[in-house]
Amino acid sequence: MSDTTHTGPVLAADGTPLKRSLARALRMQKIRALMLIAPLLLFVLLTFILPIADMLFRSVENRIVSDTLPKTVVALQDWDANSGQAPDEAVFAALAADLQVAAEEKTHTRVGSRLNYENPGISSLFRKAGRKVKRWDLAQDGPFKEQFFKIDKDWTDPEVWRTIQTYSGAYTNGYFLNAADFQKGAEGAELRPENERIYGTLFLRTLIMSLAITVSCIILGYPVAWILANLPSRSANLLMILVLLPFWTSLLVRTSAWKVMLQQQGVINDTLVWLGLVADDARLVMINNQFGTIVAMTHILLPFMILPMYSVMQTINPSYLRAAKSLGATNWTAFWRVYFPQSVPGIGAGSILVFILAIGYYITPELVGGTKGVFISNRIAFHISQSLNWGLAAALGTILLVVVLALYWAYDKIVGIDNVKLG
Amino acid sequence: MKLTKLTALAATTALCAPMAMAADMANEMTIVSWGGAYQESQLKAYVVPYQEMHPDLKVIWDESSAEATAKMRAMTEAGNVTWDLVDVVASDAMRMCDEGLAAELNHDEDLAAAPDGTPATEDFGDLIVSDCFVPQIVYSTTFGYRMDKVGDTPPSSICDVFDTAKYPGKRALQKRPIDNVEWALYCDGVAKDEIYDVLSTDEGVERALAKLDTIKDQVVWWTAGAETPQLLADGEVVMGSTFNGRLFSAIAEQNQPIEMLWDMQSFDLDGWIVPADLPEDRKARVMDFLKFATDTQRLADQAKFISYGPARASSAPLVGKHAILGIDMAPHMPTDPANSGNVHVYDYEWWADNRDDLDAKFQAWLAK
Repeated sequence: MSDTTHTGPVLAADGTPLKRSLARALRMQKIRALMLIAPLLLFVLLTFILPIADMLFRSVENRIVSDTLPKTVVALQDWDANSGQAPDEAVFAALAADLQVAAEEKTHTRVGSRLNYENPGISSLFRKAGRKVKRWDLAQDGPFKEQFFKIDKDWTDPEVWRTIQTYSGAYTNGYFLNAADFQKGAEGAELRPENERIYGTLFLRTLIMSLAITVSCIILGYPVAWILANLPSRSANLLMILVLLPFWTSLLVRTSAWKVMLQQQGVINDTLVWLGLVADDARLVMINNQFGTIVAMTHILLPFMILPMYSVMQTINPSYLRAAKSLGATNWTAFWRVYFPQSVPGIGAGSILVFILAIGYYITPELVGGTKGVFISNRIAFHISQSLNWGLAAALGTILLVVVLALYWAYDKIVGIDNVKLG
Repeated sequence: MKLTKLTALAATTALCAPMAMAADMANEMTIVSWGGAYQESQLKAYVVPYQEMHPDLKVIWDESSAEATAKMRAMTEAGNVTWDLVDVVASDAMRMCDEGLAAELNHDEDLAAAPDGTPATEDFGDLIVSDCFVPQIVYSTTFGYRMDKVGDTPPSSICDVFDTAKYPGKRALQKRPIDNVEWALYCDGVAKDEIYDVLSTDEGVERALAKLDTIKDQVVWWTAGAETPQLLADGEVVMGSTFNGRLFSAIAEQNQPIEMLWDMQSFDLDGWIVPADLPEDRKARVMDFLKFATDTQRLADQAKFISYGPARASSAPLVGKHAILGIDMAPHMPTDPANSGNVHVYDYEWWADNRDDLDAKFQAWLAK
C-alpha cells in the first residue's frame, strides 16, 4: 500500500479518521482529568464563587421597593419630584392597597428600613401607617390622602415621595454611592455632609496601615528568615519552632496578650516606669490606637512573611556568595548584588500574603484599635451584624475586593507575578 | 420482662394527662442567649429544673444573642431556622416582631398566671413592649468607678463623668451613640423629658457630640460588656459604663475595689422571643418550656444568680439571697428604690428611626 496514491483522510485501525479518533481519545482524557478535580471545583464554586457573586449582586439589588409597593411605584411614575407637592389621591390609594398586603405579610417594615437608609425617619412612617392601614376597608374608606396625613403629616413631605420614587427601580447604585461618601440628591449624586463622611478615610487608612504592617513584617522577618536558612539544620529547627509556636496559638489569645502587654498599667509600661524612663503619671499610650494595631498585627502576620522568605532563601546556593567574595566583593556588595536579588521572590510572596490578609483583618483591630486603628472590615462587620444594612456591607466588600484585585494587577505589572515563589 | 415494662410505661403515660402531650413534643431544643454569668443564671434557674421534670430533653445552647436579629434574618431567608427560643433585648424583639421573624404570642394563654391568679399581661404590665416578647429581666447600663482613684468625694452624679478636672483619668464608654448622647445632653443642661426633642435636630446632635468632645481623648471605647469591669480591675480607667450585672459580679463576686454610680442608669429589658413558623413538635416543646421558665417563682429564682430585676411584679417580693454568697439581692437590683432615684428609659421608637443616621454621624465623629 502506498500513501502517495491515497487521497482520503488518514484512517485509524478501526476505520475512523485518525483526526476524530485522536480527538476522542483526548476528550476522554480531559473528562477523566475533569472528574478528578470535579469535587474541588464544585467545592470552590459552591463555597467561594457563589457567595461572592451573591454579595456582588446584593450591593445593587433593590427589588424590595417594587416588590412590596408594586401599585405605588407604577402610580408614582408620573409624579414630578420637583413640583414641591405631595402626589395626588391615586398614589395614596395605591399605597393604601400595597400597605395592606405588606402589613399582612409583615414586609412593610423591611421597606421602611430600606428607605430609612436614604432618608432617616421613613421607617417610622411605614410602621405607623402599616398598623392603621391593616384595619381599613379599601372599597369604602377612601379617599385616603387626608387619612395618611392624619397618621403622620410627614406623608405630605415631597422629600419622602422623592425617596420612594428614586429607589423604585429593581437595581440601585445607592449603596455604592453611600460606600463612597456620596448620596443621591435632587440633582444626581452629591457629596455627603462633612460630618457623615467616613468611608473614604477608612479605605485610605486600611491601605496605609496594611502597607505599614507589611513593611514592618519585611524589616523584622528578613533577618530571621536569613538566619533560619543559613544556620546548621539543628539550631535552625529550634528557631523554626519559635516562629511556628505563636503561629499555632489562637489569634484571640495572641491579641489579648498584646492587650496585657501594651496597656497603660501593662507589662511594658510597668517596666519603663520601674527603670525610671517614664514618669508614673505619664505612662505611654500604646493601645487603642494605630500603634497598637500595627504592633499586634505585625506579630500575628509575621510567620506569613518569614515562611515564604525562608523557603526561597533555602534554595539560594551559598557558593554564589563565596564566588562573589572570591572575586573581590565586600560583604555588603556580595549581599546586595548577589544574595538579595535572588531572595526578592520570597519577599514578594510574603508581602502579597501579609498585605492581602491584613487588608481584610477585623478581629485584632476591633480589640486593640480603639477608634483610630480600625479597618474598613470592622465597618463591614458592623453593617452585617449590627445595623443590618447588608446592601451597604456588600458594596463596601465589593469595593475592597476590587481594590485588592487592582493592587494585585499593579503588582503583576510592576514586579511580575512570575517572580513570586513560595519555595 | 420486656412486656411488663412496656405495659407499665403505657399505664403511666395514660395516667398522667400532661405526659400524654409530651409525645408530640420535640426532645431537643436550641436556646440562644448571651453566654457568661447571665446564661449561667438561666441555666440554673430555668433549664436545670425543667430538665429534671423532662429527663429526655436535650438542650443546646447558642451564644449568639448579640447578633440574633442578623442571624434570624439570614436563617429565615435561607428557610432553615434552627433556633427554638431566643433571648434578646427589647428593641431587637420589636424589630424582629415587626419583620415577622418572631411569632406573635397570646400572653395570657401562653404564659403562667401569678400565684394569686393575676393574668400574665397584668403581671408583666408595660414591660410587654411587643406582641412577640416575653420579658424576663430589667437591667440597666450604668457606671462603675474605682473607689481608690476618686479621692475623698466619690462621684454622685452622671455629670461627674464629664468632669475631668475633678476626676482625672480615662473613662470607658460604649462604642455607639445610644445612651452616650443622651447623657451628654443631660449634662449639658437639657431637661430629661426634652432630650429626644433636642436630639431630633441637627444642632442637638452637634451639641451632644460637642459635649462628648470635652472628654473624647480620655475615652476608651468598649464593645463587649465584659470590657469595662476588666478595665476597671486593671486600673486602666477611673470610671466606665457597662451592664449592672457585670459590675455586681466584679464587686460582690470578685471583690474588686469598684463602686456603682446609679445616677441616670439607662433601663432596658431583656426577654424571650420564639421564631415564627416553627414545626408543630418544636413549637409545642418551646411553648411548654416558656410557660414554665417565665412563671413567678422561676423569674425570682434567676435573681439568686445575677443582679437583674425580675420582669414580673409578683416575682419582686420573692427575690431572696445570692445562691452562693448568701447576700441579700434586692439592694443590688437596678429597680430597687434606693438605686432608681434618677433613671433614664431610652426611647426605642426614636432610636429605631434615627439609629442609622446618628450612627453615621457618631462614627464619623469618632474617626476624626
